[in-house]
Amino acid sequence: MGYVINRLFQGLMVIAVMAVLVFIGVYAIGNPVDMLISPEADQAEITATIARMGLDKPLWEQFLAFLNGALHGDLGTSFIYNEPAVRLILDRFPATLELALAAVLMAVVVGIPLGVIAGLKPNGIAGRSIMTISILGFSLPTFWVGMMLMMIFAVNLGWLPSTGRGQTGSLFGIEWSFLTGDGLAHLLLPAVNLALFKTSLVIRLARAGTREVISQDYIKFARAKGLSEPRVILVHLMKNMMIPVVTVLGLEFGSVVAFAVVTETVFAWPGIGKLLISSIVHLDRPVIVAYLMLTVMLFVTINFIVDLIYAALDPRVRRKESA
Amino acid sequence: MSEVRGGAAQPTLVVEGLKTHFFTEAGVVKSVDGVDLSVSRGEILGLVGESGSGKSVTGFSILGLIDQPGRIVGGSVRLNGEELTTASPKRLRSLRGDRIAMIFQDPMMTLNPVLKIETQMVETLQAHIKIGHAEARSRARDALGRVGIPSPEERLDAYPHQFSGGMRQRVAIAIALLHGPDLIIADEPTTALDVTIQAQILSEVQTLCRETGTALIWITHDLAIISGLADRVAVMYAGKIVETGAISEVVATPRHPYTFGLIGSVPSRNKRGQRLTQIPGMTPSFLSLPSGCAFAPRCPNADAKCLEMPELSPCPSAAHRVRCFHPMPEGAEA
Repeated sequence: MGYVINRLFQGLMVIAVMAVLVFIGVYAIGNPVDMLISPEADQAEITATIARMGLDKPLWEQFLAFLNGALHGDLGTSFIYNEPAVRLILDRFPATLELALAAVLMAVVVGIPLGVIAGLKPNGIAGRSIMTISILGFSLPTFWVGMMLMMIFAVNLGWLPSTGRGQTGSLFGIEWSFLTGDGLAHLLLPAVNLALFKTSLVIRLARAGTREVISQDYIKFARAKGLSEPRVILVHLMKNMMIPVVTVLGLEFGSVVAFAVVTETVFAWPGIGKLLISSIVHLDRPVIVAYLMLTVMLFVTINFIVDLIYAALDPRVRRKESA
Repeated sequence: MSEVRGGAAQPTLVVEGLKTHFFTEAGVVKSVDGVDLSVSRGEILGLVGESGSGKSVTGFSILGLIDQPGRIVGGSVRLNGEELTTASPKRLRSLRGDRIAMIFQDPMMTLNPVLKIETQMVETLQAHIKIGHAEARSRARDALGRVGIPSPEERLDAYPHQFSGGMRQRVAIAIALLHGPDLIIADEPTTALDVTIQAQILSEVQTLCRETGTALIWITHDLAIISGLADRVAVMYAGKIVETGAISEVVATPRHPYTFGLIGSVPSRNKRGQRLTQIPGMTPSFLSLPSGCAFAPRCPNADAKCLEMPELSPCPSAAHRVRCFHPMPEGAEA
């Protein structure tokens, strides 16, 4: 319990520090008024607009106003859409979330078995081919792979649709693509595109972990006890090997959600990545700040969950923290 | 050339001419190169040698647990008359942990850090017999009690890091004893423990083996440890047995110059104030062994004849045998 509270407190501190950094960072650049007001506007109009947006106040006052709003769940109103920034982001969030989840799921389901095989037989044909393919996954640029996938499967073969989310189904009042066949078909290509790099990463992590754990005495002891090979691999090896993999996967999941920009752009997937890019172009400060704050919270939450899984996997972590 | 004594019943384990070689890029490492051993019910055999003499590899070869690039290339290992070197992997697995158990050197590393003691014991039981979880747990608890672990019921739910080194080794011993094996191979099981715990564990293992009739091979680099424990001893050097016999006889009148040197290098009460003798040189590299006796370069008695490999021959009786052309005279002062 002490472990959980300790981690929660650390998370809140990170969010507080990031709020200051993000606010100052974003508000110190550019002048959104130039972008928003027509060049013909006179000085009075400009002053009025600046006052309306609260940009004439000193920075610390603006920050307090922002903080006050943030604590009430209001991260400002978009200059462009004239809608609450949080609403804008949350509307597009499910699209990105399901894309990221699909990609990470693929990376785990494909990457871990391949990594373990490569780790068990590092010099076998299977092991070598897996590692060669994973190098490709690492080095091919995402946008290029995305366009190739689209060319082959959407344009030439015509098996899968190329852009958009397709038909969506409703769950918990939110629209999801994975609930309909058409939506799934739309999800497949962008998810594969996004999963490619992650899969290669998981393969390498799983392989390194397997190589390290397999030579430990407790694996030899497990064999000396007469355990079956599946039990040795699936329980004794996997449970130890998964500890580093879970840590990295958690962070990777966060980065997929936050930075799926390229894939979303290539496949015209209406997620938050596309929103961020257009907000930066138009210097829509409240949306950028809200986006960064939500990203920080997302990472803190993921880290918290990773810590919990970590403690579930490794009893030594539990004890050290509670002592 | 088995070592059945006095026409007793068939020995539990007979190893003949065992050869385990490692095929590395630098060349073939003949870690075990023609080893003969035998051990009978309730008997304790000490297998002595310095690091790299091949004694641990001998132990793992008996279990069939040699990792790549190693391979058993010759000889035979028979457990209760059954040949193990040609047995199927399935048969070997069913023997491991059931008829042959092994205890490892470092108790900090032998238990899986992320699994409860209960899990690690119950899985060992369930790997070999059909048994429900509750019954397996109660057998595991009894086994922990037998090796002297206090409040075994609670300790079953603990993880390895919550035990001291000595306690972990007791858990490992309890796991080895779960199925009442015919043979236990203990690979330096007390080296990593402090001296008082060493003595306790030694005498407990001895008692347990005598009671259950389990044959025990105790691998160690320390002749002093096994002189009070073992019945017989086999001394290994560079992959070969160089001297074997009853422990009292070998310790009192070592005949191989290497054993002689080993015993001379142990501090003792009667040699107070004198310098300890030492064996000159180092263990040879397995990649560049001399063609004859491997100990010859370090041996005070070596001459031209030692360029050939001597046989393990009776000296003076069939029970005490030495692989040397120029054995130390009987009664030489170590």
